[in-house]
Amino acid sequence: MADPRIIIVGAGPAGTRAAEACVQAGIRPIVLDEGRRDGGQIYRRQPDNFTRPYAKLYGTEAPRAQALHETFDGLKDRIDYRAETLVWNIADGHVRTATRTMESALPFDALLLCTGATDRLMPVKGWQFAGAYSLGGAQVALKSQAVSIGHKVVFMGSGPLLYLVASQYVQAGADVVAVLDTAPYSARIKALPDLLAVPSVLWNGVALTLALKRAGVMVRNSVKPLEILGNVEDGLSGIRFRVGAGAEQTIACDAVAMGHHLRPETQLADLARCAFAFDPVTRQWLPERDGDGRSSVAGVYLAGDGAKILGARSAEASGRLTALAALGDLGLPVDKGEMASLRGDVGTYAKFARGLATAFPWPAEQAGALPDEAILCRCEGVTAGDLRAVMRETGAKEANRAKAFSRVGMGRCQGRYCGLAAAELIAAQADIPVEQVGRLRGQAPVKPLNISIGDTDA
Amino acid sequence: MSRFVRLGETDRPSLTLHVDGAPIAALEGDTLMVALLSQGAALRQSEFGPERRAGFCLMGACQDCWVWTESGDRLRACSTLAAPGQRILTSQPEASWPTHA
Ligand SMILES: Cc1cc2nc3c(=O)[nH]c(=O)nc-3n(C[C@H](O)[C@H](O)[C@H](O)COP(=O)(O)OP(=O)(O)OC[C@H]3O[C@@H](n4cnc5c(N)ncnc54)[C@H](O)[C@@H]3O)c2cc1C
Ligand code: FES
Repeated sequence: MADPRIIIVGAGPAGTRAAEACVQAGIRPIVLDEGRRDGGQIYRRQPDNFTRPYAKLYGTEAPRAQALHETFDGLKDRIDYRAETLVWNIADGHVRTATRTMESALPFDALLLCTGATDRLMPVKGWQFAGAYSLGGAQVALKSQAVSIGHKVVFMGSGPLLYLVASQYVQAGADVVAVLDTAPYSARIKALPDLLAVPSVLWNGVALTLALKRAGVMVRNSVKPLEILGNVEDGLSGIRFRVGAGAEQTIACDAVAMGHHLRPETQLADLARCAFAFDPVTRQWLPERDGDGRSSVAGVYLAGDGAKILGARSAEASGRLTALAALGDLGLPVDKGEMASLRGDVGTYAKFARGLATAFPWPAEQAGALPDEAILCRCEGVTAGDLRAVMRETGAKEANRAKAFSRVGMGRCQGRYCGLAAAELIAAQADIPVEQVGRLRGQAPVKPLNISIGDTDA
Repeated sequence: MSRFVRLGETDRPSLTLHVDGAPIAALEGDTLMVALLSQGAALRQSEFGPERRAGFCLMGACQDCWVWTESGDRLRACSTLAAPGQRILTSQPEASWPTHA
């Protein structure tokens, strides 16, 4: 029999460890990533002519980053790695890829989706102004370009990345004005039992908050963001918010990094027709998979944060585990004992992730409370009031119907940044549980293509 | 006024590109976004509202950072490297639309 054709999408921690397992089994997988370099999000690599050492770039995670990069570098001759290659569809048993100039359709026996995550956003009135960035984007600016997103930066939202990125900014010499966390401090206490599943990461988190306070950064909990102030020409000029039931406050700044933890990039799993289920803890729809990463579709496997947000360490473990499952399904010998131990590791990280979801809850109620004039869809400037009007006029209460009528979720980001909040707004307005609103379906191409390539497919 | 602030890695060779016809200096390894926002407050005008835009996600997901080459190719400023001699437009060049006549 010819060697099985294994395709891995994503060269982050999950994809790298999956590729390594394939190579160890004597298989040469195809590894596709739209990025210029391997590493994925957390271990994103800087351009070749940058000189910051690992410790400066990755802090406590420097040894892991270095180990992962060295593993990938060592694999390069034994895998078919295609950088700057977007996977834009999965159809008829083929992975459809596009570079700037070329399109291909690749057949596969096993497809491992290791697509990672993007920021989960809750819109705030004024977030369309220049100077508002996603939290992950703020980190990318620093990690891969050594710049700060502004002269005076506020971090607003919730989640472990809020504190991490804020402290990375402080360490790099940026002017961080405040960290405004929507989560109440009490939520963290409630989450402690789960967070203790991985004490070292919990401790890193505590240390970050302490370092921020020591650096004199204003840190507030139970924040209710009210408005991002600014004007259409110069962009952002400040933040208006409340702490708990307290009085309104305004802080001057020219940049805000905003986000509420992460959401998995599940469009490709959707296009591959994987079944999804609602996860009540994170209030997100996630692709179903068994304990080893098998999706509901034979031959399609899911690993890392692209399937569920469990963090970088889990991504390495689940990448390897899922590859072993695929290799086993293809009839190759695999170490069952190792698989059992990897399953145990992923279970531990899942407990920790549940703790994070409790400690930094998604403020669903903020979506329902958005004023009518607030922009919900940043791509096309659709407001919360526009969506409410569409619901009143058409009776639409299902995500895809409301999208068709209002265009919320139809813009260039395809609902990545407004979709979850739009679902919460619809649920609040219709007074139904958010799972009844359903989920926005992934659509090909998962990102806009060059016009010439789009044309050949039409 | 600049939007982005350089915090290090400034010891790189510089290069010159043109934005809307005017020369600007950047450093080798800069993305177009960093090149433009190190000297200006925004990248482009929103097509759907009155405000100027300066990108959002920096990871190729939001498409809020589109700029164009003079021949009409669309680029994501956050994921395209600045290169010497590049000629960038911050609004879509109308003339470049293929005429199917
Ligand atoms: C901006 C950002 C910063 C983060 N920082 C941290 C951090 O500091 N600490 C931490 O613990 N966690 C962080 N995370 C969480 C992060 O998701 C995980 O830690 C880890 O990166 C997950 O690994 P992964 O392999 O699952 O996915 P990723 O590392 O995200 O890798 C996924 C890869 O898939 C590629 N890809 C996705 N879709 C396609 C497609 N359609 N076609 C081609 N290629 C595709 C991407 O380019 C990417 O390289 C961050 C997440 C984000 C989004
Ligand atoms: S800033 Fe989001 S795609 Fe470039």
